[in-house]
Amino acid sequence: MITLGFVYVLTGLTFALFAALGVADRSNPKRFGNAAFWALLALSMLGGDWLGDFGNGLLVLALVAIAGTGQIGRAPGGDIPADIQAERAARHGPFLLLVALIIPAVALAGTFLFKWIPGLADPKQATLISLALGVLIALGVGMARLKPPLVLPAQQGRRLLDAVGWAAILPQMLASLGAVFALAGVGEVVGDLIGTAIPHGSLFGAVLAYGLGMAFFTMVMGNAFAAFPVMLAAVGMPLLIMQYEGDPAVVAAIGMLAGFCGTLMTPMAANFNLVPAALLELKNPYGVIKAQIGTALPLLAVNIVFIWLFAF
Amino acid sequence: MLVLIGILIIIAGFLLRFNPLLVIMASALATGLAAGLDIAAIIAAFGKAFNDTRYVSIIWIVLPVIGLLEAYGLQQHARSLIGRMKGATLGRLLTGYLLLRQAMAAVGLTSVAGHAQTVRPLVAPMTEAAAEAQNEALTDDQREEVKAFSAATDNVGLFFGEDIFLAIGSILLMKGLLEGYGYVIEPLHFSLWAIPTAIAAFLIHGFRLRRLEKRMAQKTLAQEAGA
Repeated sequence: MITLGFVYVLTGLTFALFAALGVADRSNPKRFGNAAFWALLALSMLGGDWLGDFGNGLLVLALVAIAGTGQIGRAPGGDIPADIQAERAARHGPFLLLVALIIPAVALAGTFLFKWIPGLADPKQATLISLALGVLIALGVGMARLKPPLVLPAQQGRRLLDAVGWAAILPQMLASLGAVFALAGVGEVVGDLIGTAIPHGSLFGAVLAYGLGMAFFTMVMGNAFAAFPVMLAAVGMPLLIMQYEGDPAVVAAIGMLAGFCGTLMTPMAANFNLVPAALLELKNPYGVIKAQIGTALPLLAVNIVFIWLFAF
Repeated sequence: MLVLIGILIIIAGFLLRFNPLLVIMASALATGLAAGLDIAAIIAAFGKAFNDTRYVSIIWIVLPVIGLLEAYGLQQHARSLIGRMKGATLGRLLTGYLLLRQAMAAVGLTSVAGHAQTVRPLVAPMTEAAAEAQNEALTDDQREEVKAFSAATDNVGLFFGEDIFLAIGSILLMKGLLEGYGYVIEPLHFSLWAIPTAIAAFLIHGFRLRRLEKRMAQKTLAQEAGA
């Protein structure tokens, strides 16, 4: 049976290849920093389960030391000239589009297939495993037809990842910070603070505090999942559900969505907000957040009104 | 109260634009120490969580494929495709993607599309080409805004579609927590109550996409008047 472990090995090998190509790239003055960074990530993917908790912690400290002292950078240039790209696009265009669509198509088909036929792959991880299979198939098909130099996909992939740089591990770092916050009981403290700040005797005031609290605390934690248990315990359960007898399904479901509005507005949700800015090579790292605020704020207001209307 | 110091460090660090990895590590250490943990325990807790969340970083394996296709001109092809399509405006294109992303997420297909898989190689260049078709003299700032909106549309579509799916993590979390308080609720109820917000998200973001399209076209007139 294919498990997530198979995907970790594949990812680890990819990072190892990036590290090897990186160290050989003499045009990059920071090639050793880059190579060390990707090599450590390869080690994490391949051997993380054998390193132990403290060992993994040391690995993270090493990653932070490399990135924090500015040892990561990308080589200048190396882009394929636009006229060559245009000429190739004219020749291979429709085929390229087809290969690009293989990844989502296999992810889609695999998700269903692995749930239908048990035993092939871990059904809980069906989509991630299918995504990895889609990558392998797309790569095989692309290589067979285009016949590029064998190292070209890895080399170009490394250049893209160098452009993203240390932001590539931000999501994992923030998720880990959330775990330390949970251990230290940050949630309970924030919940108590918000609980004491609510005006007494006002249903709408309580709904407002709950919705805004979900959004705000999600912005701090970068994740509505971390904020939800805290806000439910501080406001949702004692006030909205028990005292005012609101419908728990509405309070929970729309409260969570109010939190998602917060996710749209925070750099802490790095994989959604900062990583795409790096991936699209935006000058402003907060450009995506800027584009989202105009949707997030009115939608937050709508969610608060929805809770008030539908739950009571 | 002292454990809130980590939150202050995060906010200050992001505002002062220190390297975020350093800020996160500092915040974790300060929070852990404030809660009375020793350094080794904090490092171990951080390391365990880092190892448990490796699946977040799996997405980078798509980069060799994207790199290969882009070297052969995928972005140019995506652009020329839009150039040949009459009526494929920025607003329609992104609104269509928004609807598609919401619909896919609503049936549980969240990882099928995304910033690395679809936005960078396809959606962003197509949207940029559609904006160019209406306004030949796009400024760099306008290009940047169009790209940012491509990513934003992916996020809005994902967030306000996925909670309609019965087996998504957030619904399981809600069900589990409420059961802890003695309320047993079928996942379907959470799913249904995600629908009004999904519709509102589509309307609000769709409206903003239309305004973006108009704004991108309007500046042309100003530029022409100035020229």
